[in-house]
This record gives sequence, structure tokens and C-alpha cells, in this order.
Amino acid sequence: MSLLKGKVWTFGHDIDTDAIIPARYLNTSDPAELARHCMEDADPDFPRKVTPGDIIVAGKNFGCGSSREHAPLAIKEAGVACVIAESFARIFYRNAINIGLPILESPEASAFLKENDQVEINLAKGEIVELSRGRKFTAVPFPPFMQEIMAAGGLINFVKRKANLKDSSK
Amino acid sequence: MGQTMAEKILARAAGKKRLSPGELINARIDMALGNDITAPVAIREFKKIGVSRVFDRERIALIPDHFAPNKDIQSAEQVDVMRRFVREQGIVHFYEVGRMGVEHALLPELGLVLPGEVIIGADSHTCTYGALGAFATGVGSTDLAAAMATGELWFKVPQTIRINFKGRLAPWIGGKDLVLFTIGRLGVDGARYCALEFGGPVIGELPMDGRLTISNMAIEAGAKAGLIPPDKITEEYLKGRARRPYEIIRGDEDASVFQEYEWDVSDLEPQVSLPPSPANARPVSEVAGIRLDQVVIGSCTNGRIDDLRVAARILKGRKVHPHVRLIVIPATQAVYLQALQEGLLEIFIEAEAAVSTPTCGPCLGGHMGILAGEETALATTNRNFVGRMGHTTSKIYLAGPAVAAASAIAGCIVHPDEIKGVD
Repeated sequence: MSLLKGKVWTFGHDIDTDAIIPARYLNTSDPAELARHCMEDADPDFPRKVTPGDIIVAGKNFGCGSSREHAPLAIKEAGVACVIAESFARIFYRNAINIGLPILESPEASAFLKENDQVEINLAKGEIVELSRGRKFTAVPFPPFMQEIMAAGGLINFVKRKANLKDSSK
Repeated sequence: MGQTMAEKILARAAGKKRLSPGELINARIDMALGNDITAPVAIREFKKIGVSRVFDRERIALIPDHFAPNKDIQSAEQVDVMRRFVREQGIVHFYEVGRMGVEHALLPELGLVLPGEVIIGADSHTCTYGALGAFATGVGSTDLAAAMATGELWFKVPQTIRINFKGRLAPWIGGKDLVLFTIGRLGVDGARYCALEFGGPVIGELPMDGRLTISNMAIEAGAKAGLIPPDKITEEYLKGRARRPYEIIRGDEDASVFQEYEWDVSDLEPQVSLPPSPANARPVSEVAGIRLDQVVIGSCTNGRIDDLRVAARILKGRKVHPHVRLIVIPATQAVYLQALQEGLLEIFIEAEAAVSTPTCGPCLGGHMGILAGEETALATTNRNFVGRMGHTTSKIYLAGPAVAAASAIAGCIVHPDEIKGVD
């Protein structure tokens, strides 16, 4: 996995999936349409301000509430390269790994990083570097099993690979 | 050392003797659920996997309930994706308008979710079935796709937080008050990644509808599951209803749990959660007098027959306050019919409430009762996040059906005892 470099947008604690993608837009699952409303109820200007490669930094329990995969999908499609949080809600965490949206759990980075900071992220090592002040943080490592899913590019590719292995062993 | 209920159910589904918290496992899925928001994405992902058939056409339930009856062309197209997939795959449990209900009310009612089973649903309130002793948890659409293809899914074995309620409940107190109180104590992430397990003498006497309400909102404390060990009430509920043989699994007495609480709830007042978090639970007396524009009674949390009976007891012979819109939504067709036969719908309509066919509707700000800017609602639903029921400046208070019905009459939040002549 390559190095990511981008600008930080900060959000608070307990950002729920209704704030990430309000249900009024869930009569479609078109990723581009969802991205147009990404984070709208937390920051109405976000869909217009965000640029590809930007990084979301949030507090605890990011993505709590509904199971809608539309939430990480909207963030990914909006071009956000990675979400760093103090902690993630369980279903959001699964969904992000399953669809290949990079996420990192780092209470220290979450507390330190400010809006408009420039950060560099090494996903493979879980390293986050704030560029102007040079502070370095290491995220909580993923278990090997989840690393496998991420390396496959998400759960569908992972399952596909396993299904093909089974077929070829017949 | 014994094992918790969550560990034992997952161990059985993973083909293991025992499990410990933190272990990553693959578990067999007994039922996989999707709705009109999450299933279309799951179907898209399923097709990418490249298997031709679902793992078991009788163990998948697809329920269009969120925007049902379809509110616009786009939502109609979403259901059409589901319908075509159902026909192509011969999926048995697909229930549309006229036969449907809000998924988490419908599946228990149909006997499709059973004790000892592992159930996943691409809907966060899938944890509802914990009330029947199933390990049931919400997942995303891609998880649902993988489960539909393989009949398995990965899980991290959760730690357990046990909550014991003791004492005797005061009049008007039900499952909703117990669960709002619990979320208030634990916080919105207090049970994150954990299984909640509810017990104690109060749960032992609580009817199934109230138990389903409690398990339903386990997710609002961040929990992965909201388990209630099966007992006589569970078996009574499942008699003549269960569609498959099942095995009751309870935890061991000496199992080690992460946290354990014992709360005497004899003095518990009806609870109300203030916007914008279910964890802002307060006794109703602390928020009495807040003026309301709309009251909603329904949802997968409180749209069952016991909920409607409580509301009807209070609304009988009375009128909804002229400034308030009361919307009553029976959660399933069976609940709707029963409410009709018991005369409850007549009570609601004479009270000047609007009665809707089953739908999630306003609970998620879908349709059937969206709030304007600055409006205030009280709802028996499960979330009061910013913008959940409409405009981002609208406000939602959460409560049980007794407070909801009484407040609809008063025009502001009140304790049900404030309505004179109700017993």
C-alpha cells in the first residue's frame, strides 16, 4: 500500500451515520449521488469543500447508528483517502474494511490533529505523520485476518478468491 | 470456567468447543436479512462474487419496509431490484406491501428467528432478536452479500456486559423505559463491541413485546447483540410459531463477564431521551412541559400490539391536542389486524390520530411524517440524532407508548398520570 498525503477535516465525537449520509438520500445507492451529500448533516458545506485525497479526523465512536454501508461508500466516493478516529462504531468498522475504505484508530492522532493540518499516512505500517510539526503516531494494528481482507481489496474479492479455490479443488 | 451465552451460541455456529472474547471466527448463519435500503447494495455485491445461487433460499429474508409503500420512483426501483433477485433465486421470505411489516417486528412474529441461532441483518436493529435468545447482529450490505453467497460470516467474539434489573416496575413502565435508562447509564458507546445480556426478576416477568423493545435498542449503546436468556415466556411465544427446530442456549452461571450491573428499578419513572442522543435519558418529570408538534407511535422498537394497547388505554375517549399531529403505525399487518379487531384503531381515529399501514417511514425521516425546521416531535422510535426525522433543526424526544399517548393529548411532554381518569 502506498503513502497517502492529504489535508485534515476534523469532526467531533459520536458522528452518526445519519450525519454522514442522511436517510433522505437513501432511495438510491449510486455512490456518486451519495458522495454529493457526504457528511452533510454534520457540515453542510463538506461535499463542496472536500477534495480527493483529504483525510477525515474524528473523535470516539465514529459511524455509530445505522448499518448503512452508504456511509463509508459516500466517504470513499467523495475522495476521502482515510478516516482517522479515536474509535469506530462496530458496524462502520466492518463496512469500511469490507469495502476498502482505509481507516485508522489512533486516540493520540485524533486528539492532536487540527483542521487543515497536512498529514502523511503509511497504511501498511499504520503510521500517521503531521507534516508541519513532524509529530508521528502509530495506529492500533489490524489483526492479520483483517489485513488479508484489506489486501484483497475488500470482502467481495476475498470471498471470491475463496470460492474459486473451492471450485478448483473439486 | 463457564462460557457466556454469546460465546456458546457463536461456538456452536463455528463448530468449536469453546471460544474466548477477541477470537476471530467464521460462523454459520441461520438467517440473513436485508431491506429496501441495504439489500440492493448487497445484491450488487453478491453478483460480483460470481456464485450462481444463494446458499439457502429459505434462510434469507428480504423485507422492503423503510420507504414502503414506495414513496417515490427511486425507492420503487430499489424494491424492483430486490423483487427480481428474489424471483431469480427463488428466495422464500420476501414480504411486500399488504403482507409486510417492519422487519424486526415481522421476523419474530413469523417464527423465522429462533433461540440459539446466529442471525445477521443489514440493518443495525437486527439485535432485536436477542430477545428470543438468538445471537443477532447488524452488519453492512457487503457482509450480507458474502453471507448470502457462503452461508458464513466472520465475527470477533464479544465480551459480555450483564445487566440485572430487580424490584417491581411502577405503572406505565415498560421495556422502553428500561432500555432508555440503560443507554443513559452506559452511554452511546458504553457497550461498543460487547454483547449486552439482560436478566433479573424484572426481565423474567416482562412480556415478549417489551423484551423485543429492550434488545432492539442494544445498538444505541454500541452493542453487538442484546441477549435475553430464553425462558417460559420465550417458549410460550414460540409455540406454534417457530418454523424450524431450535436449541435453547443459555450462559453458564460461572461465566466471566466484562462488566455486571444490578439496578433496582422499583422507583424508575417513565424515561425520555432528549435530542440528539438516545443516551440523554431523563425521568419524564425533568422534561415535562416541552411543547410538541408531532407524536409518532410505531417502529421496530414500539409498534407491537402491547404498545398499541397501552397507547389506546390512554387515548380512549380523548382527543389529541389541537396543535399536535399523532401518527400511529402498527409494525406489521398482523398487528394492524389485531388492533382493528380489538377496537384500538377506532380509538386512535376517534382521538384524531392518523393511522398508517406498516412502514419504517418517519423513524428514519423517510416519509409519512417528516418534520419542518424547528419542529419538535416525541416518538417511540429508537434514534433522535440530528435530522433523523426531517429538518436538521427539528428535535426528537424518545419515549415509550404511554408517555407518547399522554403527551399527544396534553400537547406537551407529560407523565401518563397527568391525564385524568386513566387507570
